[in-house]
Amino acid sequence: MKYPDKKGRFGKFGGKFVPETLIPLLEELESAYLAARKDKEFRKELNYYLREYAGRPTPLYFAERISQKIGGAKIYLKREDLLHTGAHKINNTLGQVLLARRMGKKRIIAETGAGQHGVATATVCALLGMECLVYMGEVDIERQKMNVFRMELLGAKVVPVSSGSKTLKDAINEAIRDWVTNVKTTHYLIGSVVGPHPYPLLVRDFQAVIGREAKRQILSKEGRLPDYLIACVGGGSNSIGLFYPFRQDKVKIIGVEAGGYGVDTLKHAATLVKGTPGVLHGAFSYLLQDKDGQIIETHSVAPGLDYPGVGPEHSYFKDTRTAEYTAVTDQEAIEAFHTVSEVEGIIPALESAHALAYAMKLSSRLSKDKIIIVNLSGRGDKDLEIVREYVGK
Amino acid sequence: MNIREVFEERVSRGERVIVPYITAGFPGLEETIELIQVIEKAGCGIAEIGVPFSDPMADGPTIQYSSQKALEKGVTLGKTLSLLKRNRAKFHIPLVIMGYYNPFYQFGLERLAKEAKEAGVQGFIIPDLPLEEAGEWVKLCRSHGLDTIFLVSPTTSLERAEKIAKLCTGFLYCVSVTGVTGARKEFPPYLKNYLENLKKITDLPRAVGFGISSPEHIKMLYPHAEGMVVGSALIEIIRKHPRPPQLREKTARFLGGLVQAAAKR
Repeated sequence: MKYPDKKGRFGKFGGKFVPETLIPLLEELESAYLAARKDKEFRKELNYYLREYAGRPTPLYFAERISQKIGGAKIYLKREDLLHTGAHKINNTLGQVLLARRMGKKRIIAETGAGQHGVATATVCALLGMECLVYMGEVDIERQKMNVFRMELLGAKVVPVSSGSKTLKDAINEAIRDWVTNVKTTHYLIGSVVGPHPYPLLVRDFQAVIGREAKRQILSKEGRLPDYLIACVGGGSNSIGLFYPFRQDKVKIIGVEAGGYGVDTLKHAATLVKGTPGVLHGAFSYLLQDKDGQIIETHSVAPGLDYPGVGPEHSYFKDTRTAEYTAVTDQEAIEAFHTVSEVEGIIPALESAHALAYAMKLSSRLSKDKIIIVNLSGRGDKDLEIVREYVGK
Repeated sequence: MNIREVFEERVSRGERVIVPYITAGFPGLEETIELIQVIEKAGCGIAEIGVPFSDPMADGPTIQYSSQKALEKGVTLGKTLSLLKRNRAKFHIPLVIMGYYNPFYQFGLERLAKEAKEAGVQGFIIPDLPLEEAGEWVKLCRSHGLDTIFLVSPTTSLERAEKIAKLCTGFLYCVSVTGVTGARKEFPPYLKNYLENLKKITDLPRAVGFGISSPEHIKMLYPHAEGMVVGSALIEIIRKHPRPPQLREKTARFLGGLVQAAAKR
């Protein structure tokens, strides 16, 4: 059985829980995408930009010094941080902007939390000559001033969102409100594997290049598949990108969520570890919510993980035990951030530092013949201010 | 009288049905009861009561604000239902509950249908539950004798509208524009055609909503629909005059003007 099914369901998760106005648009997007996926020209064009502009393939780097320091398994890093704009996000934005152009849309809107997806969207819109509007919560604008400036340099308009908790989830609400108003001209470029069908499908497909490359690379380096795959999970796009091509293999797949101050406190974003199923932003999936079904405000030191929902395919992976989900705390992620910077000369994004923290913890219990692949989904330049302020807390 | 009968009676008299929307618990739960009484006294046929949600993606700033204020006061679906149940004898018009799917789902759909019926609710509007996802909910409502009111939008094809109308009871909620809720000055030129086309595919009464804010709008829509939903414009008045004597007077005057515009001509 291939997922999602015709109704956009991964088992019981996913679907299209949106206002009626958007349903015909989602249908249009789905059929445009399915046609593009089959079209050689579209694939050729996307591959051209991924290679020549974004910098694919990215290396699968054997982190020898970290592996030695821990003394356990061999740790490989999939270097998505080396892509243009510094994170895996551009795999998806290139795909979606090319698709939108094919559909005759002139205007791209996006939401952003940390600003990474906003920057990747603004970048590709500059490249392909599209109008670009990015919704961003007022709280996040304050926290990520440099990224706001970056988007503006790239010609995008950043729209502050002052509703609700003034963070990512509210920026998504506002982007949906814009989309529902400007249906004819506008493509809503969702940055993760969340939202109504077909978004979880098409974002996953655009990100699956990570896992396909990693598989080829590990086979040529080690002559076998890895024992473990580890990636961080916020909405879940970098992780599904790595996991998806391995989902039927004998590989242990682990998603690492943001444990914040600890998953037993009220300040975390560990949706799969602590959440319950419900509907947010158009899909049925695990959520962080109170007993009345109101969405809870989350916390993570990593802005890209600070989201109360998660992609429906991850919920499906959890319930079918295709993958296992765990969490590490802010403190553990910060420590991993420092260790990897000092030992490998790679400053990882705080999001990726969650995956690294768990990988190092796990590796210390493993024998030397085991292989771990960690998705290093982004670089940490954007987080320097946060890390500097964190010291001494 | 049920929802359909209200429409039939009024339309046979040459009138149109005004359906005011208020958010439960805005400005407070006691005022919600008072407002339903004002709605009935003003001559409106049906009242639509919104259950607040933290992420109301189909709503504009006015209803978002009322929803957030109600949540800050601790208003929940459970409290709304028990409030209506306790006070049901104070009014006679049909009540429709509007709300986003997640709080309903967490409450338990079966429990919701049962308790809503006990509270004297006649129907439901769930803006983020389109036809494809509504199967189970529609079945439950049928077995409890509750109306399921669905929305059609200017982007909905007639073919799809026909499918929606088959699941819809009470009235068909016709969204006037592509966009979110909120008072508007003007309506798109395609509105009349769109409403007339819907008449070809269903016998359900059509109530137009989103943006309607004045007697002039009601008069303009009178020939093309059987009902008009008025939300944000009413919430604005409540927001400006949250205290009892004025709250009553100002909302009564506003609704009275709308009902007059909907009278036989």
